[in-house]
Amino acid sequence: MTKLMQWLAAVGLFMSIWLAIVLDMISLNIPDSKKEILHALPVYILIVFACYSLALIGYRVATFNDCVEESRELKEEIQEAKKELTEKGYKFD
Amino acid sequence: MEANRKYSVLLPTYNEKENLPLIVWLLVKVFTDSGLDFEIIVIDDGSPDGTLEAGKQLEKIYGKDKIVLRPRKEKLGLGTAYVHGMKHATGDFIIIMDADLSHHPKYIPEFIKKQQEGDCDIVTGTRYVGSGGVYGWDFKRKFVSRTANYIAQVLLRPGVSDLTGSFRLYKKAVLEKLVESCVSKGYVFQMEMMIRARHFGYTIDEVPIAFVDRMYGESKLAGKEIVDYLKGLLYLFANL
Ligand SMILES: Nc1nc2c(ncn2[C@@H]2O[C@H](COP(=O)(O)OP(=O)(O)OP(=O)(O)O)[C@@H](O)[C@H]2O)c(=O)[nH]1
Ligand SMILES: [Mg+2]
Repeated sequence: MTKLMQWLAAVGLFMSIWLAIVLDMISLNIPDSKKEILHALPVYILIVFACYSLALIGYRVATFNDCVEESRELKEEIQEAKKELTEKGYKFD
Repeated sequence: MEANRKYSVLLPTYNEKENLPLIVWLLVKVFTDSGLDFEIIVIDDGSPDGTLEAGKQLEKIYGKDKIVLRPRKEKLGLGTAYVHGMKHATGDFIIIMDADLSHHPKYIPEFIKKQQEGDCDIVTGTRYVGSGGVYGWDFKRKFVSRTANYIAQVLLRPGVSDLTGSFRLYKKAVLEKLVESCVSKGYVFQMEMMIRARHFGYTIDEVPIAFVDRMYGESKLAGKEIVDYLKGLLYLFANL
């Protein structure tokens, strides 16, 4: 089963349960005042998911390690490498 | 560490004249210090800057058994460069890395240790967890990278934190099988390798790495690459 099919199956399952409740095919005795929330549920979920995603990406961008130390070390090693290679007869130009 | 195992490093190069001697020096140092048997296979695609000549000098210094030059006449791309290099590899394990000093050889002993701990089939470097990270990236590049990775994680749930990284250690037979079954190019190729590896049931472990952006040579992060990435992602999403 491809990842696309897994997604379609999961979304399809959720939407059919939701629809069944909205169309009163499954009766949960939800009071009318709460029905509005129920009707907008898929949209709410989408919005929450989008916010969650943005927050997570933002957090990960902010906490992305800047490897300053590693870069400095590498620069030193490059100097060492150039020196030793030249000694071994390597011609840089 | 066990002495009877041999590691083949595949270094694809295109216009890496400045970087090649430096990466080779670092590699030789790491392998010698840890007493490991190794060879470095350089696959140069007819670089106009004279990378091959640099390789020939290194071959003289370190010997033909350590520096194995396997050039091709023209620029044929990374995927086929790995296939080409692998054909000449005599090691039990293959290490793939970039030649532009973005991938530091000092992590190789950690890769090997991780591999031996769980006898896993693949060890991949990751910029995204633990002490991993990047140097030389501005906000935009970090954002694009994190977003691209997040989308891939949500859609594909691969169980590997860095899908597009190209610093990895493979058992030779595993890499052969994977390369043979992967069809994508570029970043997507690296991603497909991981997803297919999961499908085949291969075990994958990770080592955090610091990715230092290239200091020498041309860099390219074009809009086209982002589009290609998304297309490739959708292809994998629909087909795997
Ligand atoms: N043999 C061969 N090597 C290549 C080719 N394209 C890229 N390479 C090498 O593959 C490695 C990775 O390529 P890079 O150009 O560093 O790609 P990148 O890391 O995505 O991008 P930048 O480092 O930002 O330029 C480097 O060692 C290149 O020299 C190719 O067509 N043939
Ligand atoms: Mg690079």
